[in-house]
Amino acid sequence: MKRIMLGNEAVARGAYEAGITVAAAYPGTPSTEITETIAKSYKDIYAEWSPNEKVALEVAIGASFAGARSICSMKHVGLNVAADPLFTASYTGINGGLVVMVADDPGMHSSQDEQDSRHYARAAKLPMLEPADSQECKDFVVEAVKISEQFDTPVIIRLTTRIAHSQSSVEFVERPEIQLKEYVKDPNKYVMMPGMAKKRHVFVEQRMLELQDYSNNSGLNRIEWGDKKIGVITNGISYQYSKETFGDNASYLKIGMSYPLPDKLIKEFAKEVETLYVIEELDPFFEDYIKSLGIKVIGKEKLTLLGEYSAALLREKLLGEKSELTELDIEAPGRPPVLCPGCPHRGTFHVLNKLKVKVSGDIGCYTLGALPPTNGIDTCVCMGASIGIAHGMEKARGKDFARSTVAILGDSTFIHSGITGLIDLVYNKGTSTVIILDNSITGMTGHQQNPTTGFTIRNEPTKQVDLALLAKAVGVNRVRVADPFDLVGFEKVVKEELTAEEPSVIIAQRPCALLKSVKYEGAQRIDNSKCTKCLSCFRLGCPAIVRDGAGVKINETLCVGCKLCNKVCKFNAIEKAGDN
Amino acid sequence: MKKLDIMIVGVGGQGTLLASRIIGNVGLKIGSDVKVSEVHGMSQRGGSVVTYVKMGEKVHSPLVEEGEADIILAFEQLEALRWHKFLKKGGKMVINRQKIDPMPVIIGKAKYPDEVIDKIKEAGTAVIALDALEIAKECGNSKAVNVVLLGVLASKTGIDKNVWLESIKETVPEKFLDVNYKAFEAGYKM
Repeated sequence: MKRIMLGNEAVARGAYEAGITVAAAYPGTPSTEITETIAKSYKDIYAEWSPNEKVALEVAIGASFAGARSICSMKHVGLNVAADPLFTASYTGINGGLVVMVADDPGMHSSQDEQDSRHYARAAKLPMLEPADSQECKDFVVEAVKISEQFDTPVIIRLTTRIAHSQSSVEFVERPEIQLKEYVKDPNKYVMMPGMAKKRHVFVEQRMLELQDYSNNSGLNRIEWGDKKIGVITNGISYQYSKETFGDNASYLKIGMSYPLPDKLIKEFAKEVETLYVIEELDPFFEDYIKSLGIKVIGKEKLTLLGEYSAALLREKLLGEKSELTELDIEAPGRPPVLCPGCPHRGTFHVLNKLKVKVSGDIGCYTLGALPPTNGIDTCVCMGASIGIAHGMEKARGKDFARSTVAILGDSTFIHSGITGLIDLVYNKGTSTVIILDNSITGMTGHQQNPTTGFTIRNEPTKQVDLALLAKAVGVNRVRVADPFDLVGFEKVVKEELTAEEPSVIIAQRPCALLKSVKYEGAQRIDNSKCTKCLSCFRLGCPAIVRDGAGVKINETLCVGCKLCNKVCKFNAIEKAGDN
Repeated sequence: MKKLDIMIVGVGGQGTLLASRIIGNVGLKIGSDVKVSEVHGMSQRGGSVVTYVKMGEKVHSPLVEEGEADIILAFEQLEALRWHKFLKKGGKMVINRQKIDPMPVIIGKAKYPDEVIDKIKEAGTAVIALDALEIAKECGNSKAVNVVLLGVLASKTGIDKNVWLESIKETVPEKFLDVNYKAFEAGYKM
């Protein structure tokens, strides 16, 4: 049976058809739907949201050691978090097949950098596969499990946004009978101390040679002969752009296994074609290798290191063709993403802006608070960084600096890697104020449960981390819980905690407005007979409050009725819409 | 197999994803190769969003390039303007008259352009403009804007109407089916 599905959904299906029984992940665009789909559609697979990618990979490694086939999924920057277990799992190898999914984000649709995760395959000495459509997403997971078990290695599959988030047709097959492999205690393989690891390193180097043979012969890398004037070596989505651009007027070496690269196949292909292009997004990973084989190729000298490619880009850069367009002589103003109407973070930013504090930010919906009109964040580096960065600022500039600086991060981000920063802050005698924006869900990636919500990935009730108790347990004496929509009360709490010369944690508690359980009363409107056009409500930066001549009006289609604007209105000029 | 490149553009939260899924499913039903490219994550939070649906004998790239779209379905006027150059010569635009001010306009850093639809028409583009929000409300649910617009699009594709209805049935939760059928018919009649 044929269906149309996302690359990520196809990976989930692949996990099912490969006989995988354990899946662990931390959500991150563009990888999230892999584990979401497993949880939703494949009940035979145990699935979990782990607190972070490192733990997720450790869970998958444990499952593999115990004899199960397992999968672990993350976005590119998540692989940095999971890199520690990844490198050593390369040495231990596996028992049940182990697949590590990593989704890169060229063009940074929803990411803080444009890392090319292919470098990890080489650095950790692990095979890497790269599918080019949803069918391959599914097939390559099955193939990866085979490779994993045949060569005693974890296998990385790399997706990019356009593979993960494009739908194309997929043919299903049945799930095989699943049998756990026997669990045998084997310290020489599974205990990586120097004595054992030295022997395993020998094994790893031998394995890479065998994998290179496999790369040359397995069919994952394949030649499609067409016109031999142009040869194209390409992978993933770039393969699709190349086919769209050159059609039958070129020959292709389609790379499905991007590490180790197929040296013999590359040489054979290069010999037959006149001009050889390497078409790969981001870094010259193939190009550098091919050049090291002494083969002349054209790659980054014509094609950019930055962002995504497209068929139009290839046509322009490689064929000198540009399509004629009907240009209108009016410019469309940009539409950057914004905090939603009803977002609880709007209250927090309103107060922080009023107090004119410096804000060490983090990764989540609230990062959008950095944009106008809020302009409410000074720094954002990586998951959990806000606390360490605020602490570092204090150590550089002294305690007074900490009196006007806060670290902000979400509930899920705090559990991911903020907690270690908080321990550092307490242990090393910092005095910073940390605000945990607890909106009862992992927001930006589209509402995933996490250890602070009290529910598992399959919405089963579970133990809930008590953030206040946790903060107290690591030594924070001053822990406050406050509602960011209680603007007066929240401001008072922040002021008090900033003044205190010791670490403070403020838990800003109010659920995400998009949660089904959140019921606001519905659209509000301005009563023009009372409105003095002072613009206080407008300055909240809510997308539902727009200018109307000298005054303002509320877009009733967007407004959810959170009534934060009522709270800043001194003239009682905002009322429920619809009842005259 | 007729090649058909469709773009759905709008503002994050307007329901463009559901529309693209219904269209993609239609492509599969008529035996086309189909690719749909979606946007998730940050830009979904009130940002400009675009989804591509491509059908044909064999579809390679999931992206529609500038000057290639047969039809653009615009959920919002400013987004119609932004993506207009992706339309091929002789292509059609279905535009929802709804306006949503983007933040630069809200804070006075930019101006929402006047008479967007007229200007697009003046460029020689075939435009069908409608107030899909009003129609959706009349059908019983303001969230059905996407299916109203889908109805208009469906009537321009030459693909059998029943295939569309089936695809809606397979994609939309059952409790919303009636209102969505109604919304689709209202759009189809335009």
